[in-house]
Amino acid sequence: MSSRLLRLAAPLFTLAMALGCSGGGSDAPAASDTILIGEYGSLTGKEATFGQSTDNGLKLALDEINAAGGLNGKKLEVRVYDDQGKTQEAGTAVTRLIQDDKVVAVIGEVASSLSIAGGRVAQQYGVPMISPSSTNAAVTKIGDMVSRVCFIDGFQGYVMAKFAHDDLHATKIAVLYDQASAYSKGLQDDFGREFTSMGGTVFPAQAYTGGDADYSAQLTSIRETAPDAIYVPGYYTDVGNIALQARKLGLTVPLLGGDGWDSEQLGKIAGDAIEGSYYSNHYSFQDTRPEVTTFVETYKQRYNAVPDGLAALGYDSMRVLFDAMKRAPSLSGKDLAAAIAATNGFPGVTGIITMDANRDASKPAVIVQMKGNQPTFVTTVYPKGQEPAAAAPVDPAAAPVDGAAPAAAPADPAAAPATPPPATPAAKP
Amino acid sequence: MARESGLKARAAALAPEPMTVLKQSVLPLVAAFVIPLIFHFGIGPSVGAYPSKVLLDIGINVVLAVSLNLVNGFTGQFSIGHAGFMAVGGYTAGLVTYYGGYRIWGDSLPHGGFLGAGEMLFLVATIAAALSAAAFGYLVGLPSLRLRGDYLALVTLGFGEIVRVMIQQTSDIATDATEIAATSWPSLLWKVGGALGFTGLPFYTSLFWVWLWVSLTVLVASRLKTSTHGRAFLSIREDEIAAEAMGIPTTTIKVRAFVMSAAFAGVAGSLFAHEVGTTLNPGELGFQKSFEVVIMVVLGGMGSVSGCVLAAIVVTVLPELLRSVDEYRMVAYALTLILMMILRPQGLFGLREIWEIWPFKALFRSEAK
Amino acid sequence: MTKLLQTLMDGVSVGSLYALIALGYTMVYGILKFINFAHSDIFMLGAWVSFTLATLMGWTSDAPWIAGPAVICGSMLICGTIGFVIERLAYRPLRAAPRINVLITAIGVSLFLENVGQLEYVFGTRPQRMPSLLPDTVLASVAGVSIRLVDVLVIGIAFSLMGALEYLVFSTKLGRAMRAVSHDLKTASLMGIDVDRVISITFIIGSSLAAAAGFLTAAKYPSINQPAHSNWILFGLKAFVAAVVGGIGNVRGAMAGGLMIGLVEMFGAAFFSPNLRDVYVFTLLIVVLLIKPDGLLGRATVEKV
Repeated sequence: MSSRLLRLAAPLFTLAMALGCSGGGSDAPAASDTILIGEYGSLTGKEATFGQSTDNGLKLALDEINAAGGLNGKKLEVRVYDDQGKTQEAGTAVTRLIQDDKVVAVIGEVASSLSIAGGRVAQQYGVPMISPSSTNAAVTKIGDMVSRVCFIDGFQGYVMAKFAHDDLHATKIAVLYDQASAYSKGLQDDFGREFTSMGGTVFPAQAYTGGDADYSAQLTSIRETAPDAIYVPGYYTDVGNIALQARKLGLTVPLLGGDGWDSEQLGKIAGDAIEGSYYSNHYSFQDTRPEVTTFVETYKQRYNAVPDGLAALGYDSMRVLFDAMKRAPSLSGKDLAAAIAATNGFPGVTGIITMDANRDASKPAVIVQMKGNQPTFVTTVYPKGQEPAAAAPVDPAAAPVDGAAPAAAPADPAAAPATPPPATPAAKP
Repeated sequence: MARESGLKARAAALAPEPMTVLKQSVLPLVAAFVIPLIFHFGIGPSVGAYPSKVLLDIGINVVLAVSLNLVNGFTGQFSIGHAGFMAVGGYTAGLVTYYGGYRIWGDSLPHGGFLGAGEMLFLVATIAAALSAAAFGYLVGLPSLRLRGDYLALVTLGFGEIVRVMIQQTSDIATDATEIAATSWPSLLWKVGGALGFTGLPFYTSLFWVWLWVSLTVLVASRLKTSTHGRAFLSIREDEIAAEAMGIPTTTIKVRAFVMSAAFAGVAGSLFAHEVGTTLNPGELGFQKSFEVVIMVVLGGMGSVSGCVLAAIVVTVLPELLRSVDEYRMVAYALTLILMMILRPQGLFGLREIWEIWPFKALFRSEAK
Repeated sequence: MTKLLQTLMDGVSVGSLYALIALGYTMVYGILKFINFAHSDIFMLGAWVSFTLATLMGWTSDAPWIAGPAVICGSMLICGTIGFVIERLAYRPLRAAPRINVLITAIGVSLFLENVGQLEYVFGTRPQRMPSLLPDTVLASVAGVSIRLVDVLVIGIAFSLMGALEYLVFSTKLGRAMRAVSHDLKTASLMGIDVDRVISITFIIGSSLAAAAGFLTAAKYPSINQPAHSNWILFGLKAFVAAVVGGIGNVRGAMAGGLMIGLVEMFGAAFFSPNLRDVYVFTLLIVVLLIKPDGLLGRATVEKV
């Protein structure tokens, strides 16, 4: 019997050795004239479209950086691993990037649970990681190695609450969220808290499970409360059916959403039903700032598509990283992480990026409205305390709104001082 | 009188030699502790972190596959709710190490070194995981095992889904030491993170612990297979009615298989929960995960312990090698599964173990005698 | 009151979709005694093939009246063929094998269909909008509940297909052959019934009913999930639960079970908590199996040596 166990172990040893050798074999991946950067994302699986957009934006930035000469003559190279939207795969991918490919930094994940899995590995091994678009507060709480170039759910909830309260003059809002998604759950909590503190009423939230086809039970319950608007902080994949069924049930009030709505597919799948609804996003491709117009132009040329928010964040995350690499005294994990955390006033496509004390990007969000199946820029909402003339360079961005914005963005901050704490939004207990 | 002494003599002749006892009972146990040590101190450091991570994933999958094999392979029942037991175990263990860690040390970081206080807490957590998963296995198994095979499949799947949805309903994790100290255990039970998952668990899962549990699982399964109890398991698989007629309490045996299998799934859940680079979250412990384990068992051979081990290795390593052609990986798995069932319905090894098959058999023949 | 009526109507309309899918499960189970896991993928294909047909024909907006019937027939035809091929290639070689092997093959087929469907040049990974092929007008309004033509059509088509099946199984020669095969495969073959042919026809019918359910689902819920989305499986599984609750192998049981699951799910979601709608379904399954293991309309069977 014992010999059986030993015999069982024998092939395992061989395998371990083989793995070790293969690992060792590819040990010298980057020649001295290139700098290797890692990326992990959901290139296949349920969230594939998100990973692909991010990847497109990132590659665009990479090629621009390399075309401009790279870092002190060294070219940058990105190695991508697919994690299929699974945390275990994400952890393995990041381990491989750091330990096997010896990348100097990792860029990754859209979904917060995957960023947390990968981020804890990066923290463990002391390699900086930038998440392009994970908005859950828990992500950067992992430690000093992890940062992000997007705002967090707490702020996004505040943005939509403020917009609904100040611009839409809504007083009663119903909420329908995806209970299987941490993102949706978090946003729902934050929105509810912010809107209630502004004096509005939020009805008890109704839940669905991502991928559900039928929402009639929840929407029927919502209809009974006769809300002014319905907040649906889910992914665009579900919003289509929700909007269609809401309209069928005679709910004509606007739907409100978050950045999970952002996809060119939204207009196609929801059609007329989504017309007039609003969502908060990282940027609007109709923005007239020069960074945005050039980015949108080159992206369109290369991929023949309008870049969505995730593409813009992928682009920004690469450029923020490169900017930090230029400033860092060395490319060691510590120096680079410190340089990323010190990012201040970086002119990104998604706004002026400044890292706050939690290494979360503090920057304004935009509200867009679906008009003619296209998201149309409505207004910009600034973080609490930064509203007035937040920074000179941001102002021209908000001013020339192609006539579409009904609400005067720079005017309403006057109402804001009612909620004084200028601190960063929503530290979760 | 004479006959009796004759019996005694025969019994004495049959009694095992002390050396055999040593070889058959003690040595395997020793090996079960030595192998993990070799993995931990020998292989791990020499191959580096990424292959080590793959070895951890392999180990966890081996525990899952070998334990599911107790039900699906040995007993011939069909469970597709293994991920549900894994989730129960993972969350139980997480509660112990996370909130237990806060109660003891005021934080949730790993404490103590190799086999230190923290790892002892982890051991306790893993045992708690096994027990709670076993309890659920009993609860699910008792009524449903009286049902026919396909219904059982459906009930286990339904159980897995119910567990998943219930975990989604839980609330945020408490992260404040004073708050945790002031909260009673029953209300902490509900604070396991909901859809985001139970994040922030200490990283206790190391090559030693994973391969210790692998060794124990494999040891239990392979000893069981050749024991009287195991024969009872197999008899149900071969012909339930005949087994019943032979006086085997089929329902009891089935429940027993189910409980054992669930317990080891709970262990795998605990190991998964404390591994670097995973997050214990309900989205990932749905029926797809259960299917994955079923695939391992089927590929390896239903009833073959070593076959399951091999299949778990292949299924874990393959994606690492095939990352570039990922889209087609699942297509290939699916095709393999279908072709396997048509061309070799008993799985790669069937009931047999690796060493009972030709090239290895020749290799080990002298020893087998 | 409005809520009650609205929920009742939603329950019946979802329930009739479950029933339509449940029929395929129950027919296959009745004859071959295994859960055809791939059935929910045929249902998925039904929706995606309908979408592809409609797009290919250019019926994206202002479709002519013929579009609906044409697409549903096309989809049923194509999926029926796929069902036939699957049975022929994957299940028939295993006719004599243990049931568990067939069950695993079915899981394999299911994974295969999903992952092939997900490939970029097949259906892709994005959700799509099904063009509205069935007219969507409000027929009447009762106590604040508007009765829509789509819902009426979904229920109507579902019930007429079920009626047709009922006729086929109980009043035709083929149906008698099916029942004979279901009762005892070996004896049936000795009595001169071409068992393979009957099984093939069963798969074709079951698959085309699933395709019809796929089309109707896409008509009712026009934003269709990507092929590998777990919701397809879950929807199909609930339909299987319906078949089991109603009494597996029993055509009327499948219909009753489908409606029951639809109503339980909808009333639970509307009046108790929408968070737990899947839990209601699976709890109902466990409860029914404990009280009456053969389903509500099933006959008790004793396994013999």
